[in-house]
Amino acid sequence: MAAACPGCAAAPTAIEHDKVHAAPALVLSIPTIHCAACIGKVERKLNAMPEVEDARVNLSLKQVSVHGNDLDSDTIVSALKSVGYDAYPLDLAYLETRQDSVGRNLLVRLAVAGFAMMNVMLFSVAIWSGATETTRDLFHLISATISLPAVLYCGQPFFSSAWTALRVRGLNMDVPISLAILLATGMSLYEVMNGGKHAYFDAALSLTFFLLIGRYLDHHTRSSVRSAAKQLAALEVHTAQRLENGMAVKTAVSSLGVGDRLLIPSGVRVPVDGTLDSPKALSDRSFLTGESAAIALTSGQRVQAGEINLGAPFEMTATAVGNDTTLRRVASLVEMAENSRNSYTNLADRAARIYAPVVHLLALVAFVIWVWINGDIRHALNVAVAVLIITCPCALGLAVPAVATAAIGRLYSMGFLVKSGTALERLAEVDIAIFDKTGTLTLSGRAAKLDHLSASQIAIARALAQASDHPVSRGLIAALPSGPVADLTDISENAGNGMQGLYEGNAVRLGRGPWLGASFSGLGLKVGLEDPVALPLQEVPRKGVKTALDGLQALGIPQRMLSGDTHDAVSALAKQLGVEDVQAEISATGKHDYLIQLQQEGHYVLMVGDGLNDTASLAAAHASVAPSTALDASRNAADVVLLRENLDDFPALIRIARATSRLSKQNFAIAVGYNVIAVPIALLGYATPLLAAIAMSVSSITVIANAMRVRFVQ
Amino acid sequence: MNILLILIPVSIILGAFGLCAFLWTLRSGQYDDAKGSAARMLLDDDEPDGEDPKDQERS
Repeated sequence: MAAACPGCAAAPTAIEHDKVHAAPALVLSIPTIHCAACIGKVERKLNAMPEVEDARVNLSLKQVSVHGNDLDSDTIVSALKSVGYDAYPLDLAYLETRQDSVGRNLLVRLAVAGFAMMNVMLFSVAIWSGATETTRDLFHLISATISLPAVLYCGQPFFSSAWTALRVRGLNMDVPISLAILLATGMSLYEVMNGGKHAYFDAALSLTFFLLIGRYLDHHTRSSVRSAAKQLAALEVHTAQRLENGMAVKTAVSSLGVGDRLLIPSGVRVPVDGTLDSPKALSDRSFLTGESAAIALTSGQRVQAGEINLGAPFEMTATAVGNDTTLRRVASLVEMAENSRNSYTNLADRAARIYAPVVHLLALVAFVIWVWINGDIRHALNVAVAVLIITCPCALGLAVPAVATAAIGRLYSMGFLVKSGTALERLAEVDIAIFDKTGTLTLSGRAAKLDHLSASQIAIARALAQASDHPVSRGLIAALPSGPVADLTDISENAGNGMQGLYEGNAVRLGRGPWLGASFSGLGLKVGLEDPVALPLQEVPRKGVKTALDGLQALGIPQRMLSGDTHDAVSALAKQLGVEDVQAEISATGKHDYLIQLQQEGHYVLMVGDGLNDTASLAAAHASVAPSTALDASRNAADVVLLRENLDDFPALIRIARATSRLSKQNFAIAVGYNVIAVPIALLGYATPLLAAIAMSVSSITVIANAMRVRFVQ
Repeated sequence: MNILLILIPVSIILGAFGLCAFLWTLRSGQYDDAKGSAARMLLDDDEPDGEDPKDQERS
């Protein structure tokens, strides 16, 4: 880009500035920060720390950037915790190195267009209200001097996009836009040279101005959504514990190599592929297979990136890191598959395909007929330009972005991260929904059925479970009815088996069945010499699942449940939720084939899933949704990410998507309606620059006002 | 009508001045954290080192 333009001049300063102040050593996300007092507290606390040079909160992004040498993220996190804020270090490599130069560039062009438009409008008003002869010519001349550079500079986003489309022999909305802007300016210039009556400089500039607003809204929505998605990715812990001479050292996952030995603590996700070194391990592969039960591994067996350690901490040796892990390879396959969905033509381009040829043809016909009627080429050209300006899709350029921006902003505040404007259009079309079970309809934790326990047993179970960080224990605590905690002594963890302790002189144990000497294999509790009691674990459905499914049904979207889990587990949940169409023990390819078959039958499928076994289906579906707890790969493949655990608002997502689509179409109708009135006037040669200006402004404002209605959809 | 010769340049210069002011605010990153700026005026302890708004450009 040439740095000669003011738009690009902004970027180098920012770079220079970064050279002076080094990039922040650490960026932390603080989700709960929300007011001036929070800023004060966080900045005061951090700036008081000796190793911190400077800390600055960005309230819009809910982040704090910390500058300094030898910063330790743990001390900063605990410092923030001490003032009451949970902070999460963000992986800087995952965050965009900022520089929203495109957005800034558009804003600068918008400002220049606005400035030029207002000045030219002043002269135009004078001309419309009766300036004649020399005064008019002078005003036209000044307008031309302002407009020409302004149009050439501000119109560039449209010109380059139109050129790209024309080069591949396509037509998009930008072709008629560019043609109208350029012809209007060129024609007006010719008129000014020859002392003509009508000049369309103000029209060319206000076209550019209004269209740049649409372009900026579009860009702003996309970039803010993208940065939110980036932040989600950066939130994931990207450190691992590497064993160096028997000591566990915290290392960035990106710097791990093949052959490194790692320690995987309980409840932590395995960062790389490898083989197990410890004799035994218990792993949760539900992300990979959908199976909810833990898998027991023995020494030498393969461990894959993405698994969660459910048992005692284990050691492993890395065999594949970075992009070579199975997880990454699948993810990159998905990214490739996703490109196929990019062939979806959005509403605006579909409209352009019909609209552009009609407009061009109309202008041409007007030109030819007027030449034939009176042989005056100049007059005929004037009419043709007037037709082009009036039909120029100013409102069309605003119609979709204005609605999408309003809808995406509204959905974000409801906890839905919509990744693109076309996602809403596709969501509006779905007529069948496929749900994954584990992690999507259910939470990854589990709860137990505990009706048969006595009060003292509950108290003992609570005491033992509280002493452990294990996911099963945490799930158990959540499921236990509230009550007193038993007074235990000598609590210890028996790695891979469970917790033990002493209660009134009796040994008590909470853990795996075989370890308790019981006949069942699941979780159990043993008090003294009594028989062990089973604590059957059961998946907890997400909150609001029932409301969500009923809501979808009411919207005319039937549901199916596909899961890699066992028949028993799947049918139990299906019964609870009232889903009739269920498939269990289905593989990743099975899900994908099922979905493809549905689509071939002419259905528009909505896929909701979180695991690696869902990614292919998420990418192939007409529209897809993934919870924020899903794997990176699944989140990337999905159109919408659910930021909240609760699913209550799920039907609202579809309703708003449908409203968005409806309002976009209404906006098109409004724009076309104006044309139906104004075009005949232009064709007959009665169009004046004043009429063009009025038609354009009124239709643009109507369209924006109509778009705002999406905020009131229930 | 000679007054136009003064008024036209004046109006254009004033407009250009506004444009430059906007470009300056944009370049110095004053729109990067709109919510934060709104909240910061409520803080009573002014930073001693005359805070630089450009600090927010990085995130």
